[in-house]
Amino acid sequence: MSAAAYPTTWRRPPQILKDRRWRIAIQIGIVVYLVLAIGTVEVNWSRVYEGLARGQRFVMGFLQPDFTSRWRDISQGLVESLTMTLTSTVVGVAISVPIGIGAARNLAPRWIYYICRAIIAVSRALQEVIIAIFFVAMFGFGPFAGFLTLSFATIGFIAKLLADDIEEIDEAQAEAVRATGASWAQLVNYAVQPQVMPRLIGLSLYRLDINFRESSVIGIVGAGGIGATLNTAIDRYEYDSAGAILLIIIAIVMVAEYSSSYLRKFLQ
Amino acid sequence: MTEVTHHSQVWSYRTPRARLLLWGGWLALVALFVFCWQVMTQNTIWYFVLDAPRQAADIGGRMVPPRWSYLPQLLEPLWDTINMATLGTIGGVIMAVPIAFFAARNTTPSVMILRPIALFIIVASRSINSLIWALLLVAIIGPGLLAGIVAIALRSIGFVGKLLYEAIEETDAAQIEAIEATGASGAQVLSYGIVPQIMPAFWGISVFRWDINIRESTILGLVGAGGIGLKLQASLNTLAWSQVTVILLLILVTVVLSEWVSAKMRHAII
Repeated sequence: MSAAAYPTTWRRPPQILKDRRWRIAIQIGIVVYLVLAIGTVEVNWSRVYEGLARGQRFVMGFLQPDFTSRWRDISQGLVESLTMTLTSTVVGVAISVPIGIGAARNLAPRWIYYICRAIIAVSRALQEVIIAIFFVAMFGFGPFAGFLTLSFATIGFIAKLLADDIEEIDEAQAEAVRATGASWAQLVNYAVQPQVMPRLIGLSLYRLDINFRESSVIGIVGAGGIGATLNTAIDRYEYDSAGAILLIIIAIVMVAEYSSSYLRKFLQ
Repeated sequence: MTEVTHHSQVWSYRTPRARLLLWGGWLALVALFVFCWQVMTQNTIWYFVLDAPRQAADIGGRMVPPRWSYLPQLLEPLWDTINMATLGTIGGVIMAVPIAFFAARNTTPSVMILRPIALFIIVASRSINSLIWALLLVAIIGPGLLAGIVAIALRSIGFVGKLLYEAIEETDAAQIEAIEATGASGAQVLSYGIVPQIMPAFWGISVFRWDINIRESTILGLVGAGGIGLKLQASLNTLAWSQVTVILLLILVTVVLSEWVSAKMRHAII
């Protein structure tokens, strides 16, 4: 075999699709989709142009936030958001612990397992905002509906991760406790709980952080909290107050994120 | 030999000190919870809360049977919603890539100035929900799909940027050094040393974000950003609960399908 059969220049090998025909077909498909998709977007450019002045005012409001003139509304929204976050996390975690235990295949009988997994699936599939719409319609406006929404959403999150964690415990420890003649409750308390507790605490802190972020959103549909204040500020075109609220949200989320990651490191 | 007497003969799970600390911790948590509960429910009108079961039964009764004849009218908004999520994801990813390279410790051009700015952009984008972005953008550039696309894109920057810069920081330094040893320029090191290493992570993150964006774009219409949420808002405002059922079921099916597609694709890539 002659050396001329080898290519003299090197080309980077494809990483994902090895077949050339497939690659071309997919590239054409992407282009066709993009043309079709961009065609559906109708843009009213004169409206966009008019909005630019407003956008500039918003950026100015963000750079020179006005904390004082609406401070009463902002502080009330903040208090609602923070209390809602804490109570809903506590209640949500308290409810998700039994559901999480029930959804672990190695602890629960088959029929309880299916019921608990179904509860988790329902809670995870629905958006917080959609749940909030229903709870507001049922329980009236205000933070109580928000509290129920966030508790409901917490159940799906914590119970699923807790159940997966329980299913992955070290079976040898559970076997050892079982060999002493322990009852089911003792098994959970002495074999399972020590193994999953650090992770449960970590997840709860993480969920506290998520719940605060969500509490700033569900206010838009009437479930109280800082989101309602923000919505009002934007409706009144008070962009400097809106900027102040957004900066407060960003600051609290940053503090919560750093402190919860620090706490999780400390606990593990 | 003296007998040890100060140890109790009965085994206990925790030391007395740990028990006391645990008890104190629980007490503090309960106290905080009760305090927050009091503050939160100050203005709650309990009449409405007690009335809730009746309201729920009422709404439930109006929601069934679903009005299936409404379904054909929903297909076009659904197509809009999917486009909004896809185009928004593409836009977000395009903006996130340079920010991720600025934020990663090993590729950032300046640690003192650009890195903190990139990190702040990531945190700001992550902490503001896409619904709030949409609320702002509808006020600025008017209602419609464009506001939704930009909202999705701005929200995606933080997520994609954060995961991507962590992937860049975790790249294998030996491969980069090997490329550098051949005399490659900075751009060549980036293209041949770093990019091939983060490519699988990049596609995985993008597809994952697309899946989340489909979920989020279904509700952006509530604040006027187009798509199926607009129909949801209209049906809620006219109290057409039987149409709301159809919309919610359609959203559920779309979300489950997109989750399935994204799981399949990520499985194929990684």
